[in-house]
Amino acid sequence: MFHLANPNRFMRWSAQLLPWCAGASALLILVGTWLALFVAPADYQQGDAVRIMYVHVPSAWMASFVYATMAVASAVALIWRHPLADIAAQAAAPLGAGFTLLCLVTGSLWGEPMWGTWWVWDARLTSVLVLFFLYLGYIALVNAFDDPSRGTRAGAILALVGAVNLPIIKFSVDWWNTLHQPASVFRLGGPTIAASMLWPLLIMALGFTLFFVTLLLLRMRTALMAAKLRALRLQQSLAA
Amino acid sequence: MAALDQFLAMGGYARFVWPAFGLAVIVLGGLLIESVVTYRKRQRELAAAEKLRR
Repeated sequence: MFHLANPNRFMRWSAQLLPWCAGASALLILVGTWLALFVAPADYQQGDAVRIMYVHVPSAWMASFVYATMAVASAVALIWRHPLADIAAQAAAPLGAGFTLLCLVTGSLWGEPMWGTWWVWDARLTSVLVLFFLYLGYIALVNAFDDPSRGTRAGAILALVGAVNLPIIKFSVDWWNTLHQPASVFRLGGPTIAASMLWPLLIMALGFTLFFVTLLLLRMRTALMAAKLRALRLQQSLAA
Repeated sequence: MAALDQFLAMGGYARFVWPAFGLAVIVLGGLLIESVVTYRKRQRELAAAEKLRR
């Protein structure tokens, strides 16, 4: 894996992988949206409001998945000081914040007609709100130092400490009495939702995952180009 | 037209369903546009800096 993580090699293979990821992501999200709006049935209790699920659930999964990616990258950065690891964590943060915001707002839009409230301070909702603030705090912390390497290190430590929130989010619906329903897809004994709803959901989730991979690779390439640019400018200012 | 009206009404949940999908377009589209614009900008800056070096 470290062989592929050499910055020059990364620039080569990511350039080849990007169009495929981007194309597959666009296709899956388009098909997923079409299935979600036109093909999937209305719920016998929730009616058409259930269609919010096809945005809410994939973005909720991504909110945690992106944070896990960020925490692993931060651990690699702290332990092996690999140059690409910090770049990956920092490139992932705004994407994770976006998915978390989407999860919170669509959850609110689903909660009002189904639970009769936009928001409750229960364990699941509050722990996801904390996740959103962890993303924002990470972004602010990384950019808060004059010396970028100090910001990077502080950010990596925050990302790792914040990872304790991930199991809290996952198990909040089992540990506490919450308004939020427990897991219905990834559970022992298999999913409890109908196949006609499960397929659009999984297609949308795969589309969201590839969307994240596409933008992660693109943003990492942007950061590597910026680093090269700084080095070039430094050379030029020394030569002048 | 009746079929379209019925579709847009979302069984009475239009004011919850459409903002949810609309926000998804805004958030994901915004991230996509910001990422691509910054990428292209760095590409141009780097090309200009490398030209200067030669």
